[in-house]
Amino acid sequence: MIIASTLTTNLAILVLAGFIGFVVISKVPNTLHTPLMSGTNAIHGIVLLGGLLVVGLSGNDTFNKIILVIAIAFGTINVVGGFLVTDRMLEMFKSKPKSDGGEKGS
Amino acid sequence: MTLPLATSFLQNESFLDVLYIIAFGLFIQGLRGLSGPTTAVRGNRIAAVGMTIAVVATLLNPNEGEWALIVIGVAIGTAVGVPAARNVKMTAMPQMVALFNGVGGGAVFLIAWSEFRRYGSTYGSHSIHVTTVTIGEHTITSGIFSLGPPTYVAIFSVFAAIIGSVSFWGSNIAFGKLQEIIPGRPISLGRAQQWVNLLLLLLALAAGVALVSGTHSELLFIGMLLCAALLGNAVVLPIGGADMPVVISLLNAFTGLSAAATGIALNNPALIVAGMIVGASGTILTNLMATAMNRSIPAIIAGGFGGGGAVEGASGAGEHAGTVRSTTAADAAIQLAYANRVVIVPGYGMAVAQAQHAVRELTKELEKRQVEVSYAIHPVAGRMPGHMNVLLAEADVPYDQLKEMEEANPEFQRTDVSLVIGANDVTNPAAKNTPSSPIYGMPILEVNDSHSVIVIKRSMNPGFAGIENELYYDPKTEMLFGDAKTAVSEITAELAHV
Repeated sequence: MIIASTLTTNLAILVLAGFIGFVVISKVPNTLHTPLMSGTNAIHGIVLLGGLLVVGLSGNDTFNKIILVIAIAFGTINVVGGFLVTDRMLEMFKSKPKSDGGEKGS
Repeated sequence: MTLPLATSFLQNESFLDVLYIIAFGLFIQGLRGLSGPTTAVRGNRIAAVGMTIAVVATLLNPNEGEWALIVIGVAIGTAVGVPAARNVKMTAMPQMVALFNGVGGGAVFLIAWSEFRRYGSTYGSHSIHVTTVTIGEHTITSGIFSLGPPTYVAIFSVFAAIIGSVSFWGSNIAFGKLQEIIPGRPISLGRAQQWVNLLLLLLALAAGVALVSGTHSELLFIGMLLCAALLGNAVVLPIGGADMPVVISLLNAFTGLSAAATGIALNNPALIVAGMIVGASGTILTNLMATAMNRSIPAIIAGGFGGGGAVEGASGAGEHAGTVRSTTAADAAIQLAYANRVVIVPGYGMAVAQAQHAVRELTKELEKRQVEVSYAIHPVAGRMPGHMNVLLAEADVPYDQLKEMEEANPEFQRTDVSLVIGANDVTNPAAKNTPSSPIYGMPILEVNDSHSVIVIKRSMNPGFAGIENELYYDPKTEMLFGDAKTAVSEITAELAHV
């Protein structure tokens, strides 16, 4: 595989993913906008992978290692916090007899 | 350094790619679930499983190393993220989302920065294009970086750095405003603002172009990040609280796009797919919200209501010859008790005062008296779309009592009392009647159609749009001044004496 085709393949993936994003979201009730924003917010925490990939490569000096640890921490906050908060929010939409405030599994 | 126990099968690149494909399949499935009320919880969990798989696949890749650093980073992130997510009050949800969004953007620009530093002088067009090398799934990991990455890597990396930095700083300002660390009112340079923003954008882009075309100067890279950071501040600071939901949503889309760009630079399909889906869906969501407020996204970015809105608001204040009538909790209780039909219109004031449980109590009392109660929810009430629904759901308000705007508006004519709790701009009849008003054309809840209106509000201060509300001067309207929670509790208490 040559370099150009890697780029074009990735661009094709990019365009298709964009269309999927449009299609999936175009019919969402107002009620779910906040949880949805919170959920998509958690998904872009995928940048965590970027941090994990780059930190393992050779050629990182100390300063790079420091900013990558921060990036990994940021990514983790984004992912873990994002999914937990969305879960808490959505749990509230379920009508259930017991009062709120119970611990939720992660 | 590799995992000693990992088998060659687990580290096979095709196997890892399959894991990534499974992961983004789960993201799409999860997102589909999130768009329906009954499937939403499961959808979110499916997406979380997808994320776990993607992380595991990344950790399995044969070039992974520096385990100590990874553990430290993940530990810090978990220690901060989990308690924050668990303990945040539902009323503070918008700023929490802003904060999580911001750190995502932060991670993006830090990764881009480290990439720039790691590539050294081979960054940009100085790189040697090696067409015979199989890039496969691990462009950078395969070690060809010593020959320099293809130019497109630098392009997307620089793009990610700019957008990530804008998103990081913009989200932090949004957080500060919603948390009331920074004043919620627009802070701007007035007319010069748009030119300053444009200049910052052009400077950042110019620096980016120079970097891509082979100027290897770390100072230039930092300068680019700095311009983008200033731009993030400059874009969000002039935006009033009312536009904040739109901005958070927009920044969410931005972070998604920057993640997708990072994915292309790192040749990682999971990043590309997840980032782009968020970018696309975030854009749609932003558009929906902007439409609901009758604002265009460019107008919001170009400087919010800025000076223009405030000036019109000030001149508008003089036009009102009418007087404002204030009422007491006891009178309000009587009015409500003898009504057949009451519609509650909640707004940001209810969120700030955390009055949702008190409101639920009041509703229960009224229902005991055979009063028909429902809630009218404006699409942009509060600080995020669906904000009110989340709060009322927290207080166990039945789902079928919540009416969306289209459903609620025709009903106001046969409503005896509309109880407006901390909502302002979304009830302002000026949006329908006054073409000169900055909010003219924004769909509103037509509470002025009901027989009478009680407005619970802290003071006569205008809302975040900075304009007077004609509703308060309507002869049908009575104002009950005070904190939403206290006022609602007082009404509930007074009901006992009616």
